[in-house]
Amino acid sequence: MAGANGAGGGRPGGIGSPGAGGRMMKAKEKPKDTGYVLKRLGAYLFHYKWLLLLALALTIAGNSLALVGPMLSGYAVDLIELGAGRVDLEGVWHYVWLMLIFYAVSSLLSYALAILMLRISQKVVKKMRQDVFYKLQSLPVGYFDVHQTGDILSRISYDIDTVSTSLANDLIQICASAITVTGSFVMMLMISPPLLIVMLFTIPLSIFYTKYMSGRIRPLSRRRSANLGRLNGFVEEMVSGQKTLKAYAREDVNIAHFDETNEEAVDAFYQAEFVSSMVGPTVNFINNLSLALITAFGAVLYLFNTLTLGSISSFVLYSRKFSGPINELANLASELQSAMAAAERVLKVLDEEAEPEDARDAVDLPSHIRGEVVMKHVNFGYNPDRTILHDLNLRAEPGKLVAIVGPTGAGKTTIINLLMRFYDINSGRITIDGLDISKIKRKSLRKAYAMVLQDTWVFEGTIFDNIAYGKEDATREEVEAAAKAARIHSYISRLPQGYDTVLSEDGTNLSKGQKQLLTIARAMLLDARMLILDEATSNVDTRTEVHIREAMRELMKNKTCFVIAHRLSTIVDADTILVVRDGDVIEQGSHKELMEQGGFYHQLYMSQFE
Amino acid sequence: MKRILKYVVVYLPRMLGGLAIKVLGTLTDLGLPWVLAFMIDDVIPKKSLSLVALWGVVMLILAVVTRALNVQANRMASSVARDVTRSVRHDLYEKIMSLSGRQVDQFTIPSLVSRMTSDTYNIHHAVGMIQRIGVRAPMILLGGIAITFTLDVVLTLVLIATLPFIAVLVWFISSKGIPMYTKVQQAVDQMVQVVRENVTGVRVIKALSKGEGEKRRFDKINEETSAREVKASSTMSAINPIMNLILNIGLTLVIIVGAYRVHAGQMDVGKIVAFLSYFTMILNAMMSINRIFVMLSKATASANRISEVLEAPSELMPVEMESVANGCHIEFDHVKFSYYGANGAEGNSALAKEKESGRGGTLSAGEIRRNIDDISFRLKQGESLGIIGSTGSGKTTLINLLMRFYDVEEGAVRIHGRDVRSMSLKELREQFGVVFQNDILFADTIRENINFWRDIPEEQLCRAAEDAQAAEFLREIGAAALEGAGAAELTQGLSHLAASKGANLSGGQKQRVLIARALAGKPEILILDDSSSALDYKTDANLRVALREHLSGTTAIMVAQRISSVRSLDHILVMEDGQCVGYGSHEELMAGCSTYQEIYRSQMGGGDYGRS
Repeated sequence: MAGANGAGGGRPGGIGSPGAGGRMMKAKEKPKDTGYVLKRLGAYLFHYKWLLLLALALTIAGNSLALVGPMLSGYAVDLIELGAGRVDLEGVWHYVWLMLIFYAVSSLLSYALAILMLRISQKVVKKMRQDVFYKLQSLPVGYFDVHQTGDILSRISYDIDTVSTSLANDLIQICASAITVTGSFVMMLMISPPLLIVMLFTIPLSIFYTKYMSGRIRPLSRRRSANLGRLNGFVEEMVSGQKTLKAYAREDVNIAHFDETNEEAVDAFYQAEFVSSMVGPTVNFINNLSLALITAFGAVLYLFNTLTLGSISSFVLYSRKFSGPINELANLASELQSAMAAAERVLKVLDEEAEPEDARDAVDLPSHIRGEVVMKHVNFGYNPDRTILHDLNLRAEPGKLVAIVGPTGAGKTTIINLLMRFYDINSGRITIDGLDISKIKRKSLRKAYAMVLQDTWVFEGTIFDNIAYGKEDATREEVEAAAKAARIHSYISRLPQGYDTVLSEDGTNLSKGQKQLLTIARAMLLDARMLILDEATSNVDTRTEVHIREAMRELMKNKTCFVIAHRLSTIVDADTILVVRDGDVIEQGSHKELMEQGGFYHQLYMSQFE
Repeated sequence: MKRILKYVVVYLPRMLGGLAIKVLGTLTDLGLPWVLAFMIDDVIPKKSLSLVALWGVVMLILAVVTRALNVQANRMASSVARDVTRSVRHDLYEKIMSLSGRQVDQFTIPSLVSRMTSDTYNIHHAVGMIQRIGVRAPMILLGGIAITFTLDVVLTLVLIATLPFIAVLVWFISSKGIPMYTKVQQAVDQMVQVVRENVTGVRVIKALSKGEGEKRRFDKINEETSAREVKASSTMSAINPIMNLILNIGLTLVIIVGAYRVHAGQMDVGKIVAFLSYFTMILNAMMSINRIFVMLSKATASANRISEVLEAPSELMPVEMESVANGCHIEFDHVKFSYYGANGAEGNSALAKEKESGRGGTLSAGEIRRNIDDISFRLKQGESLGIIGSTGSGKTTLINLLMRFYDVEEGAVRIHGRDVRSMSLKELREQFGVVFQNDILFADTIRENINFWRDIPEEQLCRAAEDAQAAEFLREIGAAALEGAGAAELTQGLSHLAASKGANLSGGQKQRVLIARALAGKPEILILDDSSSALDYKTDANLRVALREHLSGTTAIMVAQRISSVRSLDHILVMEDGQCVGYGSHEELMAGCSTYQEIYRSQMGGGDYGRS
């Protein structure tokens, strides 16, 4: 990646741009060309080529066996034909037993085929979902800042399902149809080449029509997928925010807005469904047309004595056989179109630019670092044309406490984003022990930090798992010790299931402050040289904070700490206080020095006592 | 399922119309081969060109009519599917919006979202498909059986004798299959949940380099989802082969019975031949019907999940209650409440089932400690109350009760002497302006986020933005967008698009927009639940000044952690473990409440007492 493009790369319409959010997605998602989509999908199927071949073999075997049945019944009928009193009952019984065996075998085969196809399609879905999920893991944080959660979820569930259903069912059908079509074509050629020419007039008609309809259906299917994604986004957002909606008694208006989104979604669905459902009857019509033509032309040939009646009738039979699958194919084509549209949306995620690879010469941080962090002439903006940090300089000595204070929106959290390399800087340098962090493997860099954020995050799992999240081999004792230090142990032990209580993501069973204590306990289990506390105790009441202060000190001991806090009381003993305003460091020094300067910090500090 | 059928019933006339047209279309379609056979057998041998041309034209007309009828029928089918889905979704959404806090907790938000989305898609798909493919097959089945009756009654009865077996088979397998699809959907829910957690927790996961662990977690649930899908579909796909086998056994029975009858001179062999060809038609029709059954099984699972929500009892309905003339605006009268208390334990069996599937044990009623225990206070119009107390002491719960997200267990919450349970939710809640903890911005303009669909005049929006201390940063954004300063900066700033969850704003900016939202409606009661924690002291102080100046008639309740945020308020309630341990003004509490003093000391830094 080019250096200049480093920060904004891969994130069209960066975080600060008004384009963020779901509504711009429509414009952004350019249709990909069919060949490309097919190639990518083909790759998934190719993975299971042997299983697919087996399925094909089963199909052929099943179809052939199906022909045997009527043949046997034909023999039986021949024996019955001998007439009253002369029927060879023994012979009939013989064929009937044979028929039963064949039917049993053919039923078994078709069950095997169904199971096989099911397994193949599930394997493909599983792989695709896995790929999308793994991809999500590799995407930069910025991607999640600008995409609606609901839309991402819609891609991994609805879209992938659409692709898989279509792939599995349609593919085998296409193969089976191809066999029938070829066979019938050969038979018709043998019966009457002139009649076949008549047929050949209508076949291109079918093909052109199918092609034309595909062209019409594709954008409609695309619109359907996109609208469903948008509906998902809306529902996700609103249902999560339902408490607020209720609080303002805005349900009615909100429902009206929902209705609009819903209308768009069902209408897009209707349009796509209706137009695709036109294909079947129309292709059927073309077939009927060809049937009429064949009959009429056949009649003419018959008049000129070049064709027997029997030939006309069997030609017609074969042409029916021939057009049946073609009819099916036309229907398949429209199903395939929705699959293609869904696949595009899945591929869009898969093709998203991942967090740039670690530089080739990137190294792991040595296990024993001193923890000296230096930012030199750092410039950064989420959006290339709007710089947020201007020429920022900062030096954190090993084991020292650096506090970052300043008005809201001054860029404090941005600094943290850069230290952890959630975003890359536009220019300048950030070093740890003199090592440029762009030359350090991200994993090893991030491992060197422990972090407690303002936005607490818990996942659906037990309290134990949530605390031990950063240290997989943590013992019960360690976890309890951390919880005790974070002053949450007594609350947890009062719960009926204690540490085995399952938390839900929206954390209804924990208050925001309790969640924060939990994440502090989580950080305590980490063995990192550097610590980031971004409003780590903002939701914890001050009395509890005093109680956990000892534990926090323990947590901060021997670590280089970056602390963002509004509560200035928590940072008065910081070694360096950085006062940030509008992306610039305007003051820097210890609490005492800054108070003596009587500048912005002094003003901020005094305002809490007014 | 019944519940969802009701939605279909509304569109019954159009649906029947569509089906009738489809029947006609199918008839003309089936008529074509008959005309063809007639031409080959009777017309062509007459060697008359004009007759051939005439019947050719008839065929052409039939073809045109067939297409027109089928297209029209499909269009109607799609439109019924659209309308059914639209109203199911509408009602479901409306219902979700009316659920009580307790019900939302029980269903869980992710599960509600997936019922709204993937389950309604399943319904949409099924309703459309069943109408489109559900006509031809039964017609052929019935027609075929009717014709075989005319051929030979005994043989037909032999064939029909197999039908009960098929019915039992289909019933047996789909009764096993439907619960399996419900399980599939639950697994899908959980998988989506894992993805959702990963999207929201991306920073923590990356910071802790837990990507690999998350992948394993996802792989596990992905595996589970696929396994359940394979299991459910394998079960359902057994129907076709077994049905085929049963019918084919019927066929061999026909042959053997036919053989004896022919042998006995009771029928001709020609009828057996004809029988066999109709039999193929019937078999194919049965297969199509079975496809409909599979689809119905899936749709039923989804329909049941939707019905569960739709049928959830309406809680929080207004109840007749006596008003009390007490001359105060807000009154908490010996209020007791617990989240896992009497109400929570009773539950709803459907919900309980849902829970038992993915979510191990959530909190069950066990040792019950009330979340709110005997809280009383009174506020006059225009007064302000601060609530302070340690994490988890029940501060937010008081707000939940005041706004009736939950109902009190004992005691009463009254506004102007009227119990909140006696007002309609709309009437009750329209009096509030509120900012919750973890409150949410939507992906829309800042203006719409403040206005919140209330048709508030622009001027008032700007006023609210100013008071909430949001105007400053909005002006900056506006100026950047306009590339220069100007009078329209604020207006421009308001037009800035907030990303979903306000991801493109800082924590402090979000809070200020949220406060502006609460102020914009000039509420009678203003509630700020810990809403200034992300504001620096100066902004917080300015906000308080603005509130005093512009919203003096508003009764305000502020939940806070900082003494400085509440010390100037008329009353302060000190909470501890759901109980009130102090109530009074700052000075009174400083004199008599040890907990308050302790909080004060913790914030003002030990000996720094004298600084204020």
